[in-house]
Amino acid sequence: MSKTKYILGAFADPDEMLLGIDKLQEHNIAIYDVFTPMPIHGIEAKLGIKPSRLPKAAFWFGLTGTCTAFAMIYYMLVFDWPMNIGGKPAFAVPDFVPVLFELTVLFAAFGMVFTFFFKNHLFPGRTPRVMHLRATNDRFIIAINAQEVSDAKKVESLLKDAGAVEVLHNDRKYVSYE
Amino acid sequence: MGTHAKTHNFAQYFQFTGKAKTWSLLAVVLGLAAIGYGFYSGHAERTFANLLLMAYYFTCVCAAGTFFLALQFVSQSGWSAGLIRVPQAFAKVLPIASIILIAVCAAGLQTHNLYHHWNEEGLSDPNSPNYDALIAGKSAFLNVPFFLTRLVVFLGVYSIFAMVLTKLSNREDLEGGLKNYRKSITYSAIFLVIFGFTTPIWAFDTIMSLEAHWFSTMFGWYNFAAMWVSGMAAVTLTVILLKRNGYISWINESHLHDLGKFMFAFSIFWTYVWFSQFLLIYYANIPEETVYFYKRWEPEYMPWFWLNIVINFLSPLLILMSRGAKRKENTLIFVAILLLCGHWLDYYMMIMPGTVAEHRGFGVIEVGTAVCFVGLFSFLMLTMLSKKPLAPANHPFLEESVNHHI
Repeated sequence: MSKTKYILGAFADPDEMLLGIDKLQEHNIAIYDVFTPMPIHGIEAKLGIKPSRLPKAAFWFGLTGTCTAFAMIYYMLVFDWPMNIGGKPAFAVPDFVPVLFELTVLFAAFGMVFTFFFKNHLFPGRTPRVMHLRATNDRFIIAINAQEVSDAKKVESLLKDAGAVEVLHNDRKYVSYE
Repeated sequence: MGTHAKTHNFAQYFQFTGKAKTWSLLAVVLGLAAIGYGFYSGHAERTFANLLLMAYYFTCVCAAGTFFLALQFVSQSGWSAGLIRVPQAFAKVLPIASIILIAVCAAGLQTHNLYHHWNEEGLSDPNSPNYDALIAGKSAFLNVPFFLTRLVVFLGVYSIFAMVLTKLSNREDLEGGLKNYRKSITYSAIFLVIFGFTTPIWAFDTIMSLEAHWFSTMFGWYNFAAMWVSGMAAVTLTVILLKRNGYISWINESHLHDLGKFMFAFSIFWTYVWFSQFLLIYYANIPEETVYFYKRWEPEYMPWFWLNIVINFLSPLLILMSRGAKRKENTLIFVAILLLCGHWLDYYMMIMPGTVAEHRGFGVIEVGTAVCFVGLFSFLMLTMLSKKPLAPANHPFLEESVNHHI
């Protein structure tokens, strides 16, 4: 058993990388992930990646915000200290709306940002997890889990055929900790 | 990716024949009969209020088409190039719609069925029993010649820009190159500035002056929001129906997604403006302002008041929120029809309390007038659409539009 954990094919051109994905898929080789410095249209569908659940999270964060705002205003203006403002009843719903709206937006926005950071392990002071240092610059990377393939040589030749400028056999998953 | 291989027939024409033609003409005839019945049965004011509603709605949808066109040029949008012929057809109908609206307003003024709140004998004469100090103060602006001049000038200018943009597109089809596209950007930019400053005044004149004592500076933007949402709903509906009938094969679900986003976003914007107007009036509680909502809170209008918010805010909010819903043809058709009906109700709530008030109705006259104008719009718009190929073959962004993916 080799010590290689991941095989990385680095491409200089996105079309060649897409060709590489096609070739690997033709040979039923599972792709662990793909890293590109820019968004590539249609790549999620090609790799069969499920749509992000972030919008659903946003909805629930927003709803939490609405409920929090309602509870807060209701406690302050109706329950704890009702005041006569312009002769309106204490429980004047239209007056609540701007605050309900603002807290909904605030919770949804912050909730989404923090969920995104949490899922991607992005915290202040944290070294980012990167499998190939040039994946954020000018290289298009296909990563294959070496434990799942029987013939590493075949993977390498398929990647090279598709136009990979280098193929790496990495013993460690992330290179950015070194 | 992956769509390159597909070939599309960009030179395809829309064939305006058969059912679509029969039904739209039938709708016009039936509607005209209903309008005739309205006048014959002695409901002149109610019929005029309905004519104003539908003529204004009709003009607004066509103006929204022109605005969409101009917006695409100024923002140099690529995604919409493949469906630009639909708003273009709307824009081409704008001159006719404008003439109808001006005719309805002029006839309403002449017969004192519309705008009699500020257009009666002696309203600005201190010695007359009819004297109204508020109207007298506004008479420098609200008088028949100036009112009609404004209407003619505004709608005339919009129509001229609509025609210029169409002409440039025609030339682009024949000549190719970027010259006409660049010119379109310039004309669109000028149009947007004029349109932005004059639409609120247009709305103040045609709708808000029905209750001339009351005023709201939000009213113009509120009407603009209604115009834009109903315009986008009409564009979406037309695009999907064309696609269903085997035309515009290059329009994919990403285009529908964008149109759905427009409907969703601007329904929220409509609510935002509607509520901004309502909240300030509610909060300040000044009698001369609250009178507007007081009338709409009377028992005969209250259910419609709530229904307006449910249809135009809650429904699109809940139905169109998810990504999947904006990409499904059936959902979009449902929401587009709902919004078109919803904004009819919206205009109904703007116009009726100030015209027929407690004598409002919902029957043959309302449905008939609406059917008449829907038929007229479909007939004119589809006739315009059938005159040119469905894709602007020399549009610089056509290729980008065909490969649109989000």
